[in-house]
Amino acid sequence: MKFLQDIIHSVKPHFEKGGRFEKLYPGFEALETFLFVPGETTKHGVHIRDAMDLKRTMMAVIFALVPTLLFGMWNVGYQHHLAYGMEATMMDNFWFGFIKTLPIIVVSYAVGLGVEFVFSIMRGHPVSEGYLVTGLLIPLTLPVTVPLWMVALAAIFCTLLGKEIFGGTGMNFMNPALLARAFLFFAFPAYMSGDIWTDISPEAGQALIDGYSGATNLVAFDTNFHNMASASDMFWGFEQGSIGETSTAACLIGALILIITGVGSWQVIVSCFLGALAMGLMLNGFAPADLPNHAMHTPAYYHWLMGGFAFGAVYMATDPVSAAQTERGKWIYGLLIGAFTVILRVFNPAYPEAVMLSILLMNVFAPLIDHIVVEQHIKKRLKRV
Amino acid sequence: MGKSISIRRGYNIKLEGAAEKTTSEIPVSDIIAIKPPDFPSVVPKLLVEPGAEVLAGQAIFFDKNRPNLRFTSPVSGEVAEIVRGEKRRILEIRILPDRGDTRYVEFPKGDPAKLGRGDILQRLQDSGCWNYIRQRPYSLIADPTDVPKAIFVSCFDSAPLAPDMRFVIGAEKENFLAGLKALQTLAHGHLHLSIHEQSKESISESDLTGLPTENTHRFSGPHPAGNVGIQIHHISPIQKGEVVWYVHPQDVVIIGRLFLEGRYRADRVVALTGSSVAHPQYYHVLPGQRMSDITGGRLTSTHSRIVQGNILTGQKSSADDFLSFNTNQITVIPEGDQPEFLGWLLPGFKKLSLSRTFFSWLLPDRKYKVDTNTHGEERAFVMTGQYDQVLPMNILPVFLLKAILARDIERMEQLGIYEVSEEDFALCEFVCTSKIDVQKIVAEGLEYIRTEG
Repeated sequence: MKFLQDIIHSVKPHFEKGGRFEKLYPGFEALETFLFVPGETTKHGVHIRDAMDLKRTMMAVIFALVPTLLFGMWNVGYQHHLAYGMEATMMDNFWFGFIKTLPIIVVSYAVGLGVEFVFSIMRGHPVSEGYLVTGLLIPLTLPVTVPLWMVALAAIFCTLLGKEIFGGTGMNFMNPALLARAFLFFAFPAYMSGDIWTDISPEAGQALIDGYSGATNLVAFDTNFHNMASASDMFWGFEQGSIGETSTAACLIGALILIITGVGSWQVIVSCFLGALAMGLMLNGFAPADLPNHAMHTPAYYHWLMGGFAFGAVYMATDPVSAAQTERGKWIYGLLIGAFTVILRVFNPAYPEAVMLSILLMNVFAPLIDHIVVEQHIKKRLKRV
Repeated sequence: MGKSISIRRGYNIKLEGAAEKTTSEIPVSDIIAIKPPDFPSVVPKLLVEPGAEVLAGQAIFFDKNRPNLRFTSPVSGEVAEIVRGEKRRILEIRILPDRGDTRYVEFPKGDPAKLGRGDILQRLQDSGCWNYIRQRPYSLIADPTDVPKAIFVSCFDSAPLAPDMRFVIGAEKENFLAGLKALQTLAHGHLHLSIHEQSKESISESDLTGLPTENTHRFSGPHPAGNVGIQIHHISPIQKGEVVWYVHPQDVVIIGRLFLEGRYRADRVVALTGSSVAHPQYYHVLPGQRMSDITGGRLTSTHSRIVQGNILTGQKSSADDFLSFNTNQITVIPEGDQPEFLGWLLPGFKKLSLSRTFFSWLLPDRKYKVDTNTHGEERAFVMTGQYDQVLPMNILPVFLLKAILARDIERMEQLGIYEVSEEDFALCEFVCTSKIDVQKIVAEGLEYIRTEG
């Protein structure tokens, strides 16, 4: 790798103060530090540092996203072939999904990182690693049929309004990827709900099977929850939905990676699931006996399996920047996300994908939760001997 | 019996280069230096001129703001040179030591248990031994006019590669006990000693005969359990307006010598540790001695960093520097100024990390050879809960740091600034993913509240 290092060394002076491309320094620095962990040494304070940095942290999250990504690609193909009633091998399914998903991911990364680079260069601050994860989260939360220009628009919106206007990664108060999805959800409802979940691009000589419906379980849930896919199908993810959200199993593998590496907060993940279960059980208790199809009767654990709940709880709620930051705050934050998700799903049919809205809502409330926890902490400190 | 306190949050950094338990003498250098910058917030006023003869134990400068703080020479000889820096700030007072035996200022001898508090105070100040007694909050030299709530001595050091306290004290148990008795009187009986229950490198109860046992507290758990600030927090937390004093065990020995021998004898045992040291072991040295006398010819690489203290809280030093007043340990580790290709992507079996993002977590007993690389660039706060894992105090570290950055004195007080010191946050700085200079922020906060609060 010596020759790469030499190239970097030879062009570096042009980007440093006084060089021809001085203004482009943040962009150059981002590329340089991407290739080489800099040979920078500690200046004051501790003389050795933990090997983990933000790049490593973000890589761990990306690794945790791989199961949902792979399964999501396969499922895109599976649903497509299912709609046409075609026999397809696992590789066929995966390849179809891969071809359909890749452009969305490429556009999301290219546009988002582009905006991030331009913004960093304009403002003269280093390019942060946050978008490495956001750029993958956005495609996974979208239906495979989404037009690419919308992906680009979402990436621009989330980078600018979700992050950069507050000062970049670490300063934002809402999860940027979810903000992107919420933006598309409200700005282009026709593309984000209805019969859009499966790619039904025509297949030569094939017709859609009779009785094909593009409705997701969450829509079925609002009319009659008994019509939903089976619990096992929902757990493994053989259902329609956004690219990465369908498989609870894949999300749980991701959760395991996040928890073992210590990158994701296990408190948030566990409390989200507990909050949903508790609220589900409570609603079961109050459900009207004369309406056996009422959504309140849904078995509580179904809420873990339906829609994007697991995906949201594992990958979105755990974003350390927008979540509560105190230990106790994390529990409250997670429990409330779980509880609100169930309430919104059951009582507000207009927004079936309630986990997105619950997390964004609790992102807004997270500083308040922390404030209360800190005030309690101070009161307790004062009461000591 | 005192309290039994189990520390759960913390981390033992396992490094290569622990000192072997042998002590070698190092002869006095041809020149020694006393460094006023070793004493934060002291404004030195000289009492000697170049060319003057001094005895060991004779005052050579005092603090302009607190004239009763006098700083004495550890050797007898001739003042050679005053080294000044910017704005004529005094950096070093260099002394040519006598070739023959050291000539001492003779102080009265006496069993400290039989002396009154006033006598003890006076003798400590006259001899310069007072400067070994420091206070919390602010970690400065204690004010002799204060009456402390208590005095703390941590009888073990849990820092990476720290010296074995039991071994260091071993040869001078009597002086150690005499020093403790003097402190006992100074503290009006509130002298708290902390020992580690499992560690063999801790002074044990059997070494503390003749002292009341109700104030001997037993700790267990990882670093920073040995930090006196953590012990104070768990035994008798500091409230606003309160002052506690603390003394390092080696300094207790020096105080003990003053009473039993009637002399200010400042020689001490320093551990030379770290992966760049050929044969890590202990050395018997004088403060002010040239570093090259200690490190010269004993290092495996010239491209390494010499630190006075441990790698978490020590000061960067060099072979041309002189041993500081409070140094008990010298650590030498390789400099890490080589870029690493895609270093953030590799599996990392040899990388030390508290997180489990590197596969080295599968080998928990591994000892590491760590260099000074930062492993990444500074970023805004992103990860949460990291600091809490290594700070065993009832304190919300990130919120306290934010209050300091905002210079909000009321908030700092509410969140416990008086209880903390930079060294307690050293592990937080070590684990920080965003590579934030935590200790520097804490030091700024303490300085701000001391001068403005």
